[in-house]
Amino acid sequence: MRFYEYESKALFARHGLPLGHSGVADSAVHAREIAHQIGRPVVLKSQVLSGGRMKAGAVKFADTPDEAAQIYDEIFPIIVGGQKARSILVEEKSPIAQEYYVGVTWDGRRKLPVLIFSDMGGIDIEDAAEQHPDHVSKTHFSTILPVSPRIAKEAISATGVTGGALNKLTPIVSKLIDIFLEYDLTLAEINPLVRLEDGRFVVLDGHVDMEAEARDQHKKLLDELGIGPEETRQARPPTDFEIRGAEVDASDHRGVAGNVVEFDGDLGLIIGAGGGSLTLFDAVRSHGGKPANYCEIGGNPSVNKTCELTKLVLSKPGVEKIAVMMNVVSNTRVDIVARGVIKGCIEAGKDPSETIAIFRIPGAWEEEGFKILAKHKVDYCDRSVSMYDAAGRAVAKMKSA
Amino acid sequence: MPGLFIDVKVTDKAAKDSAVVAKLAEVCPVDIFEQEDSGALRIVEANLDECVLCDLCISAAPSNSVEIVKLYE
Repeated sequence: MRFYEYESKALFARHGLPLGHSGVADSAVHAREIAHQIGRPVVLKSQVLSGGRMKAGAVKFADTPDEAAQIYDEIFPIIVGGQKARSILVEEKSPIAQEYYVGVTWDGRRKLPVLIFSDMGGIDIEDAAEQHPDHVSKTHFSTILPVSPRIAKEAISATGVTGGALNKLTPIVSKLIDIFLEYDLTLAEINPLVRLEDGRFVVLDGHVDMEAEARDQHKKLLDELGIGPEETRQARPPTDFEIRGAEVDASDHRGVAGNVVEFDGDLGLIIGAGGGSLTLFDAVRSHGGKPANYCEIGGNPSVNKTCELTKLVLSKPGVEKIAVMMNVVSNTRVDIVARGVIKGCIEAGKDPSETIAIFRIPGAWEEEGFKILAKHKVDYCDRSVSMYDAAGRAVAKMKSA
Repeated sequence: MPGLFIDVKVTDKAAKDSAVVAKLAEVCPVDIFEQEDSGALRIVEANLDECVLCDLCISAAPSNSVEIVKLYE
């Protein structure tokens, strides 16, 4: 869940990161007032959850309060990456001597957080890493062992930064690591972190992404930042179908049957298990199938919860068949899911044997599950059929229907 | 609405024994058994299909007084 720049900076400020004077304006008059209070030239930045603001012309400088008001009116209507501005951040203009990049994120391959530092900030870090690899350091660190400032110092010095700059940058970078870990972030980024002409260091731009499933854990912070539970911060507003999917998941504490995303295809999917959802979704598409939805089931959802999700998927216009597929499961019972999807079909007024294109969930209690499926004449397979091939069987049935 | 997959049979004697009924209501993880104010047993049909076949009810009640029926066998 992405934070707006002004929210990210509010979080940074709580941890003592150095920031310029600023205010969030929601009108041209307000922008003028903030610029007047700052009393220096300012930069006005559109607050959108998207990059490319500068290229879109949604970041501009103003030398006077009146000019700030005028620029507010110019940049507020600009759509950036398909998004309207929420507000305009008015911040003091900083005389920059050098720009740095600092980012903390997860390395999925190493299964560890990684600190990325560069003394070439302000540009795309991927380009800097490709063109100037000696100016970009990547330092992995543990989430179990205490995080010491030494990690930050080593990452910074690896790019050739020494002396006073190294000493001043270290606590800033170290605090960013602390913020990343404390708030279950998937990304904490400052770009650029700048050294001003007078030698001070200031966070000029930054943003954070919080793990969506950590929202409840950090409700107090989100409330204080004014981020309400209704703000999904997704690329588009949720559809009615997706809202109903979230309601199904919230209605029963047992297991997961959620993260429903609507697509425009005709094959309903009840999928899940340890990355299985993504794999199976891709497999369906790879075979030429058109998913009607994405979802994730796991953690042993109840019969009722699986039943309600099945009914929801089948309520989508044009969906006559569903594919029920998971990776090999250990903490979800095959028989419980089988009961749920069959019950869902029947309660939706459909014949499970005709509606379930394939049931491929091997694992815990599969013998019991297979008895249920056989009784209701549902086509099923065990782990000897790969997820890819099971998806192929479902798509083939769609094409022959 | 009866279960689609599971049925539960309890002998009349056990169903009228308030101590047994209380035990059944206590042990069932999916709330299939309820004790009415009179102490008698009420089967919650809406929960029948949630039965996880744990057999805790069978263990809690006198021998042969509770039977779980799998309707798919």
